[in-house]
Amino acid sequence: MAVIKLTALLLAASVCLCSKHKSEKVPKLVNSQYGSLWPLPQSAQISATAFQLSRSSFQIVHAPKSSAGPRCYLLGEAFRRYFEYTFGYSKRLNKDRKQSGAGAEVSELQVLITSSEPQCDGFPSVSSDESYQLTVDQPTAVLTAPNVWGALRGLETFSQLVYKDEYGTLHINKSEIKDFPRFNHRGILLDSSRHFLPLKVILANLDAMAMNKYNVFHWHIVDDQSFPYQSSLFPELSKEGSYHPYTHVYTPADVKMVIEYARMRGIRVISEFDTPGHTQSWGLGQKGLLTPCYSGEKPSGTFGPVNPILNSTYDFMTQFFKEVSSVFPDAYIHLGGDEVDFSCWKSNPDIQKFMEQQGFGTDYRKLESYYIQRILDIVTGTKKGYMIWQEVFDNGVKLKPDTVVEVWMGNALEEELHNVTSAGYTTILSAPWYLDYISYGQDWQKYYKVEPLSFKGTDAQKKLVIGGEACLWGEFVDATNLTPRLWPRASAVAERLWSHKDVRDTDDAYSRLSQHRCRMVQRGIPAEPLYVGHCDYEYGGQ
Amino acid sequence: MAVIKLAALLLAASVCLCSKHKSEKVPKLVNSQYGSLWPLPQSAQISATAFQLSRSSFQIVHAPKSSAGPRCYLLGEAFRRYFEYTFGYSKRLNKDRKQSGAGAEVSELQVLITSSEPQCDGFPSVSSDESYQLTVDQPTAVLTAPNVWGALRGLETFSQLVYKDEYGTLHINKSEIKDFPRFNHRGILLDSSRHFLPLKVILANLDAMAMNKYNVFHWHIVDDQSFPYQSSLFPELSKEGSYHPYTHVYTPADVKMVIEYARVRGIRVISEFDTPGHTQSWGLGQKGLLTPCYSGEKPSGTFGPVNPILNSTYDFMTQFFKEVSSVFPDAYIHLGGDEVDFSCWKSNPDIQKFMEQKGFGTDYRKLESYYIQRILDIVTGTKKGYIIWQEVFDNGVKLKPDTVVEVWMGNALEEELHNVTSAGYTTILSAPWYLDYISYGQDWQKYYKVEPLSFKGTDAQKKLVIGGEACLWGEFVDATNLIPRLWPRASAVAERLWSHKDVRDTDDAYSRLSQHRCRMVQRGIPAEPLYVGHCDYEYGGL
Repeated sequence: MAVIKLTALLLAASVCLCSKHKSEKVPKLVNSQYGSLWPLPQSAQISATAFQLSRSSFQIVHAPKSSAGPRCYLLGEAFRRYFEYTFGYSKRLNKDRKQSGAGAEVSELQVLITSSEPQCDGFPSVSSDESYQLTVDQPTAVLTAPNVWGALRGLETFSQLVYKDEYGTLHINKSEIKDFPRFNHRGILLDSSRHFLPLKVILANLDAMAMNKYNVFHWHIVDDQSFPYQSSLFPELSKEGSYHPYTHVYTPADVKMVIEYARMRGIRVISEFDTPGHTQSWGLGQKGLLTPCYSGEKPSGTFGPVNPILNSTYDFMTQFFKEVSSVFPDAYIHLGGDEVDFSCWKSNPDIQKFMEQQGFGTDYRKLESYYIQRILDIVTGTKKGYMIWQEVFDNGVKLKPDTVVEVWMGNALEEELHNVTSAGYTTILSAPWYLDYISYGQDWQKYYKVEPLSFKGTDAQKKLVIGGEACLWGEFVDATNLTPRLWPRASAVAERLWSHKDVRDTDDAYSRLSQHRCRMVQRGIPAEPLYVGHCDYEYGGQ
Repeated sequence: MAVIKLAALLLAASVCLCSKHKSEKVPKLVNSQYGSLWPLPQSAQISATAFQLSRSSFQIVHAPKSSAGPRCYLLGEAFRRYFEYTFGYSKRLNKDRKQSGAGAEVSELQVLITSSEPQCDGFPSVSSDESYQLTVDQPTAVLTAPNVWGALRGLETFSQLVYKDEYGTLHINKSEIKDFPRFNHRGILLDSSRHFLPLKVILANLDAMAMNKYNVFHWHIVDDQSFPYQSSLFPELSKEGSYHPYTHVYTPADVKMVIEYARVRGIRVISEFDTPGHTQSWGLGQKGLLTPCYSGEKPSGTFGPVNPILNSTYDFMTQFFKEVSSVFPDAYIHLGGDEVDFSCWKSNPDIQKFMEQKGFGTDYRKLESYYIQRILDIVTGTKKGYIIWQEVFDNGVKLKPDTVVEVWMGNALEEELHNVTSAGYTTILSAPWYLDYISYGQDWQKYYKVEPLSFKGTDAQKKLVIGGEACLWGEFVDATNLIPRLWPRASAVAERLWSHKDVRDTDDAYSRLSQHRCRMVQRGIPAEPLYVGHCDYEYGGL
């Protein structure tokens, strides 16, 4: 990372890039005591004593007393992955971080799972314990975690502690790390409807998520524009509703692969099937599902949101969500519920009649609530919990106590958080982190500076904020640009959600993140640059 | 291109994406009579009669009367490239464009070079004739051009006329195309100093430029941040001034390869060596070149612009530009001259004394002009013309009549164009096309709607505007994100600079450009999406 070497030069340069190359305040590159760690652990003591690592003799092994062993396929794969990351990539560090201890070697990382149930074959959940403790000493480093989820996070941290000196020798400093996440729900939303995202892109993104200790992939899988989810019960949905029924769909095997790939990295897959709005593509493969819009007294030929007045709608939804709840193992399904446009419902005489019968007057929010209520009941019947966008709460729909409300509207954000948590609901925050909104310059700082708990509320209320999500809506991204647009901007959010709330020094963050970005590049993730500078190994793919 | 198939759906959807997914006005996808042609030819008559093309029998050959033959390596390579493009990629078109003529076949494209000097081994220049005429009929299509430069443009157009029907059969319609560029200078600026750009990225970008009929690669090769150009005479410049002297430099062989790769695509390579500002990295490998800044009475240890008062400066520049002028064959060198910060000059007592001796008073613009004047004289001595940023003109430096002034400042743009052309200088425009400034939404429309000749001036003045450049400054781009950030946004500029000024219909443009974008993706260029939709062949890389 010769970025650091050129610090003085960069600073000098930034002064005169005034008019042609205007830029926000550029943070200083400092020599962070935390090297390239990202996100920063809750507690890290890194001594000046450096040990060597040898590619030929170093091993990652199960500790003798670990409750996990060779049959823990999840850990075995992780050992291999992190061995490759560690020895395939490393960065140069300032010489002064290396002292004495020369010759001494760390030849083994022992992974010790302490709980009787290591969860090797389980799925991560919102209550998974991701804590771990890492002691780096010679000849053996020890990573201790209650179960595999914490072990995965600790392996990432271990790999981030390794660096290469200028002769190419790998080193790691004597260290003591105790770590756990500040928030339990740390998600990335990808949208595979506005543009289809090939499996390769989704899997690469899961890799990048693990490098940043994210633990939720919020898969906004279908929307108005296309329906790539291939349903076993209703194959017409993707046959008619996808961009192409063979090349632009996710088959059951694809979905399984995504879920397993995510699981192995400690990442939950929460699918979103947004209704009653955002459903144009559903209508192509499921006749009668959407509301026919009227122009005057005649159907106009266009369709609006899901038709909430037909029993057939609820019969379909019951079957459909039964399938979805068995395909996606996570305990939660995201049901959407945002941005329902009432104009089509208003135009339809059958809907008008139904409104009258139900005594809804002309308040179409009541009709929306009626629909959502029935959908929530259906999903409750599948034994799943649900997440919904904030409108559903705002409109006063009756929710189960374990409902998660996702707050996405930027205006009156703190008020909304106050209201949702006052009502006793858990919530996740995505409003400040709509990463599809791009702008010139170092916008990662904006995302980084957000404090999720700055709203007015009791401690009990603040505990209800279980995390947040960085959302990359798909209008302007596909396989060509998704990964560099998302990373390392989403890394800023990752640290906000994982690290202690007092970790806010942008200079220190910039310095660590610049190196972390190069590490991602080296691991094959085309993460874009934060500002001028270079990586020892530039991105070689295309 | 099922984008078209879903046009109605997209429009319906765009209505309800109001708050969460706000977006500029989205153009309509129409069924353009010009298919996927981009940039649009000056005159194109495409009949409804379609012919087939057979991969096994189709040939691109020199016409019997052509002045170019098998020894024209440039054309031979182009034939191969466009055969691959044509048969490796093709798109589906609405059935109604194919009529009768079924069975009839175009089995040959004859390329007829009419001038006695086809310029197979020459370099393109600002006065190169890029016109061509293309007649598609069965069994033989004929592409006629005065020389190879027009033939290259015509081959691209031919390849854009070919489309695949839903059975996979390739077709081309009977057509008559007469084409030439509106402006002779159509450039892309890449900046390899803020971030090093691996050769692979530069070459891929040259491919994309050819697909968009660009003809100038403006290589902003060095700047404050790094000096990757490896000089034969002054190897210390890149040894000390690059990010890394082996992995982050352009060797003489690299530069040669870029120039040749560009040449065979009809693209000029204009190198920019910007002085006296933007030169921090020069100082690392050439001691004494930069002005020592003072803090009070002592040198502060930092350096400012090139030191304009030393003979050694001009001795160095004379040798350096002699080398540059022989390495880069183009008739022009870009000498920069922008954004000179006077504060360091002001601080230096030797400079102050020199100012006094010369009678410059405290007007440091006079010192800047003094320096630039001497540099211009040096470059004139190498028999090269020069391009400079507008400040040099604004500051009243005496320029040769054939100087090209590049206008980059957005404020008072039309006035500047008026002034520059009033003074009789040729000019190129980059101010509206700083593509490094990103924003959310379809900003290609903004670039597309620019009219370069809207300033007040006589016909003679307007003729002095010889073109423009899309600039992608390097602060925030490197190998990870350069290509998708530049394309297809730069395609919008390409059509503005090539096509007739009345080609301004954004719906028609959107429809053609969506297909052109997918064609670039299919050819291996990760051009990002314009909006929701899909390509038959999505990008397969990361």
